[in-house]
Amino acid sequence: MLTPLSVRFIYAIAYIVLAPFIGGLLEGIGRKISARMQRRVGPPLLQPFYDISKLLKKKRSQVTRAQGFLLTSYMLLIIFTGAMLFFGTDMLMCFLMLSTAALFLYLAGCVTTSPYSSLGAQRELIQEMAYEPAILLTALGFYLAVGSFDVETIYNSPVSPIMIIPGFFVAFVFILTIKMRKSPFDESTSHHPHQELVKGLTSEMSGRNLAIFNVTEWYETVFLLAVVFLFIKNSSAPLVSGLVGIGVVLLTYFLEILIDNTSARVHWERMLTLTWAVTLCSCGVNLLVLMIVR
Amino acid sequence: MSAVPYLVSFLIIFPMVIGFLLFLIPSKPVRKVIASISVALIVAAAIWLTVVYFLNGAEGIWLFEETEIVDKVILVAEIVLMVFITIMCFRYKKYWISLLSIIPTGLMIWTELRAPKVEMAHIYIDNLSILMCLIIAVVGGCIAIYAMGYMDGYHEHHTDVPERRKFFFMVVFLFLGAMFGFVFSDSLMWIDLFWEITSVCSFLLIGYTKTEEAINNSFRALWMNLLGGLFLAVGIMYLAFMNDGQVSLVYLVSAAWMGIEGTYLPVAFIAFAALTKSAQLPFSTWLMGAMVAPTPSSALLHSATMVKAGIYVLFRLAPALSGTVTGTIIAVVGGFTFLMTSIMAIAQTDAKKVLALSTVSNLGLMVACAGMGTSGTIWAGIFLMMFHSVSKALLFMDVGAVENSVHSRDIEDMHGLLYRLPRLAFFMFIGIVAMYLAPFGMLVSKWSALKASVDSNNIILVLLIVFGSAITGFYWTKWLGKLIGRTAYNRQIKDITKSSEMFSLTINAVLMVLLCLLFPFLSSSFVDPLVVQLYGTYQDVIPGEILYILIICVIVTFAVPIVCFLANRKRPFDQKLAYMGGINEDYDNSYTDSYGEKEKLWLTNYYFAHKIGQRKLMIPSQLIALAALVIMISRVIGGAF
Repeated sequence: MLTPLSVRFIYAIAYIVLAPFIGGLLEGIGRKISARMQRRVGPPLLQPFYDISKLLKKKRSQVTRAQGFLLTSYMLLIIFTGAMLFFGTDMLMCFLMLSTAALFLYLAGCVTTSPYSSLGAQRELIQEMAYEPAILLTALGFYLAVGSFDVETIYNSPVSPIMIIPGFFVAFVFILTIKMRKSPFDESTSHHPHQELVKGLTSEMSGRNLAIFNVTEWYETVFLLAVVFLFIKNSSAPLVSGLVGIGVVLLTYFLEILIDNTSARVHWERMLTLTWAVTLCSCGVNLLVLMIVR
Repeated sequence: MSAVPYLVSFLIIFPMVIGFLLFLIPSKPVRKVIASISVALIVAAAIWLTVVYFLNGAEGIWLFEETEIVDKVILVAEIVLMVFITIMCFRYKKYWISLLSIIPTGLMIWTELRAPKVEMAHIYIDNLSILMCLIIAVVGGCIAIYAMGYMDGYHEHHTDVPERRKFFFMVVFLFLGAMFGFVFSDSLMWIDLFWEITSVCSFLLIGYTKTEEAINNSFRALWMNLLGGLFLAVGIMYLAFMNDGQVSLVYLVSAAWMGIEGTYLPVAFIAFAALTKSAQLPFSTWLMGAMVAPTPSSALLHSATMVKAGIYVLFRLAPALSGTVTGTIIAVVGGFTFLMTSIMAIAQTDAKKVLALSTVSNLGLMVACAGMGTSGTIWAGIFLMMFHSVSKALLFMDVGAVENSVHSRDIEDMHGLLYRLPRLAFFMFIGIVAMYLAPFGMLVSKWSALKASVDSNNIILVLLIVFGSAITGFYWTKWLGKLIGRTAYNRQIKDITKSSEMFSLTINAVLMVLLCLLFPFLSSSFVDPLVVQLYGTYQDVIPGEILYILIICVIVTFAVPIVCFLANRKRPFDQKLAYMGGINEDYDNSYTDSYGEKEKLWLTNYYFAHKIGQRKLMIPSQLIALAALVIMISRVIGGAF
């Protein structure tokens, strides 16, 4: 049974409208939990939104003119990619478009004269190289599990894909730490500005540009968590699997916060080798089993 | 219809004649005029041929059944080539290489005189040959025109290199003629001759500067290509004696597909030869060495012709490779080459070497497509080839032009090229983006290559492609960032690009953009029928819905940055200095550190040359690939005899 086109458009539009609120809320919750883990009270739940509105009111000051347009392009392309996923199109294509969008972030970091921003941008590239195999393999995993790259079909698969491709799930969750810029893998934008990297990629972003960057992060978080959700959802028990899916999504998010609070940043080489090793092992073994069974 | 035989003969013979003519004309302006007119004629003939072919319903055309005299001429030409190679080998004291020419020529003579003869057409034209013909004519023609301007700048810049421009143009035109012959011929005897001619031409072009390095590299290219020629000759001889004199490539493929005895060995041997030609591991080093040559010859070698010849043969063989162990091994060697050369490309700062390594790696992906040999992968491979030809020619010519202006081809010296040489940087942008970025070109090809490798249960290949493609993104993006990096040293410098160079660059850039935009149309009207011709059947590789989404993606990716750029262009803002961890001096290009000393700012990219450079990785990779090929060949020999 296929979802009618109009409904799919509504999904895509809902993503465009709601994702920043969900993403912002998640960040608010995350900050709160982090604070409690560190025995602090923490900021109000809606603090991320206050931050953004404050940033948007600031006067424009930039190092280079080009930064503004590169970051806006980055945001729009991420939104477009996310909308594609929620519309229910081809997953592999969504992921490939995701790396196109990421190019603009890299360029926004490079175009400045700042050494810290450029260094952060270079590290961002290394991160991309680290997580890209896992992301592409995830799409291939869904293809193996469901027989199609179509998000629409994956969403309506009779069995939860995670039953068939647990290895890919592990790899995907592992790289979420990189994508959400949490330690130990916050190589390109460190949490604390007084480190060797300053604020890395975001060192030279301020006001509106920083707001754009943050909102794009929210869009991306929702996009990635939606993929986690797809691992769980099936059509034989839509309600139960849907609820379990949301539970798993929240659990994953909590796990990221826990990892973030319990680990220090590792050297990027460590990150690269570790990520690739995990990807190779978990996806490779899973693939091997699947191809023998098939 | 009646024009076809004349056009084909014209395309093969005319460039060769013009080549020799150019060698004899002493006046430079006259030479330039003749060369330009000839390129125009060649392109016109290729387009005419295409039009006639399509007016005839785009069906395969067989030509030239009675060729006794031509066969004799070809035999004589082979002997002349052999004598020439032997003389060169003895002059430079590389005696053993001459054996690689003498033995295959001997085998070919033996086959020609002793093997039974059958009635067969010697020329076969289908969509694939037409595509190759257009690539050679348009891209190769552009490179020839570009070379006219480039070689002037080259000799102003390199005064120590002896001036042999006449010779250079002769070889370039000879090369074009041989390539036309190569893609039109169906008779393997003819293919063998054109194969040897291209090998010798590349040898001569690489050795152009006659320095010690150039001579060594040219001989390396020669022996590797001749080794391929040896395998080709053995394959042909075996085929001719086992199949009553049949030496038709199309026959070979269909016979192997039907499982007729005595065709496995020729298929494997010819595929092996194709791997040497397209510089796959372990034979990649000749292409790296070819970078010592002037840029037009590297562009010609890489993008338009030489290396694509190997891919062309593999695409023809693909139906016979599909599902066989030989095909699987070739696919894995291709995937392995894709991965390893991508890693090596990260460590390179020399722009031309990055291009060379990325060429090998892209060819690896095409070889992987051919090795899997399903209709879907061939569809993807054809698109890869089209995009790669145009964009690589563009990039090579662009790097050459930048080198003439900046006097360096180090990527680090291209920092802020966008502000220093805006036009050239813009073309470089187009070339690089089309090379690897979704949704242009690469996207669909990667998409269907990945899908096909999963479908064929080839885990190793899946992993190779996935990791390879992540790494490809790294070194291209790194380069792009360099172009737009801004420092205060970026003053515009004098662009000394000649008008003929600019002409070729513009044509290639326009072609590139058109390819990106017209790609769905090309797919349905040209590539789909091509796959049908090779396989007899065809199912949609890319379903209709995805094609629409793809078009939307292309439009969005074009439109978003342009709209954002225009909207942002006039908006006022406060100019701030960048944070440097000290007091900024001048304008963002130096600062005073905590010791009170003035430090200069210098931004560089990551390369990791000490960890993943060619010196470290090349030999192990070569050994692994060689092992795979030895297994493949010994399996075939063991099974065949």
